[in-house]
Amino acid sequence: MLNIFCPHCGELRSEEEFSPAGQAHIARPLNPEACSDEEWGEYLFFRDSPRGLRHELWLHASGCRKYFNATRHTVSYEILETYKIGEQPAFTEAAGKKSAAQGVSA
Amino acid sequence: MTAINVYNQRPADIAGQSPLHHAGFEQLIGKGRPNAGVRLRERKLLGHLTLRGDAKDPAFCGGVHQALGLELPVALGLVAKGETSLQWMGPDEWLLIVPRGEEYATELRLREALAGQHIQVVNVSGGQTILELKGDKVRDMLMKSTSYDVHPDNFPVGKAVGTVFAKSQLVIRHTAENTWELLVRRSFADYIWLWLQDACAEYGLAIEA
Repeated sequence: MLNIFCPHCGELRSEEEFSPAGQAHIARPLNPEACSDEEWGEYLFFRDSPRGLRHELWLHASGCRKYFNATRHTVSYEILETYKIGEQPAFTEAAGKKSAAQGVSA
Repeated sequence: MTAINVYNQRPADIAGQSPLHHAGFEQLIGKGRPNAGVRLRERKLLGHLTLRGDAKDPAFCGGVHQALGLELPVALGLVAKGETSLQWMGPDEWLLIVPRGEEYATELRLREALAGQHIQVVNVSGGQTILELKGDKVRDMLMKSTSYDVHPDNFPVGKAVGTVFAKSQLVIRHTAENTWELLVRRSFADYIWLWLQDACAEYGLAIEA
C-alpha cells in the first residue's frame, strides 16, 4: 500500500484515506468577463497529462479533510513531495531536466 | 454585524435520542460474556461543538483559553479537563465536547470571548455520538478494523486521528490506557455498531451503563 505524507497531519497515512482532485496550480482568470471563449474553455476543461512529474491536488478525505498539493511521477507513481496550498513545489519538471543534464538521477 | 441564530438546540424539556437509540443498550447491560475482552459504553447525548478559527492568531488562542480553560491542541492532539475535551480536527478546526446540557452555555461563552473575530462555532451534537471501548482486547479489535497503526508507540494516549475504519470513516481517540473512543457519525452509527458486534465476537463484548 502507498503511504502519503499529509502536510497538515504531519505523518504518513495510507493511500485509502486520500482522494485525488486533479491538477494543481490552476489560477482562475482574474476577470472572467474579459476572457475569450477559448481562454475560459482552457481554464475550465483542459488539463495537462504529462509523462513525468505532475503537480496534483489531493484531499485527505478521512483525516483532516484538507486539500494539499503533491508532486507525483506519472510513470513510477512515486510521490516526491507534498506541500500545503499556497506553497511552491521543490521538484519541477524543469529542475528535473537540469539535474539529469548534470548527471544526477532522481 | 452577523446574524447568527444561536439557540438551545436541546432544551431540557425534550428527551434526546442517540443515533444508537434503537440498539437498546439499556437492555443489553450485563448480558455479555463475563470477563469480556471489550467493554462498550455509549457516551450519548454529549454536547459537541465544532470550533473554527486561525490558530496562528493569539487573540483566537487566548479567547479559547479564556472561555474554556484549555489550550488549543496541535495536530492530532486531544486535551481534556474533567468531562470537557478539545480535539484537533484540522489545521483550522477543533471539536469541543462538553457534558450534556452545557453546549448552549459554552457556545455563548465562546462567542463572547471571540467576539469580532473571524471564527465559527457550530453545535453538531445531534450529528455524532461517542462509543467508549475499554479492555485488553480493544487494540486487537482496532487492528482488525483500521489500517492505521494503533500501537502505543504510534498512537499514545492523548492522540486522536480521523481515519478509515471498517471501510467507513470515523475518529479514533485514545483517552487512557486500554481506553479508546470512537467518534461516529449519526448515519454510520448503526453500521459501526453492527461491525463492532461482529469484530468483538471472538473477544467477548459486554455493554456497560
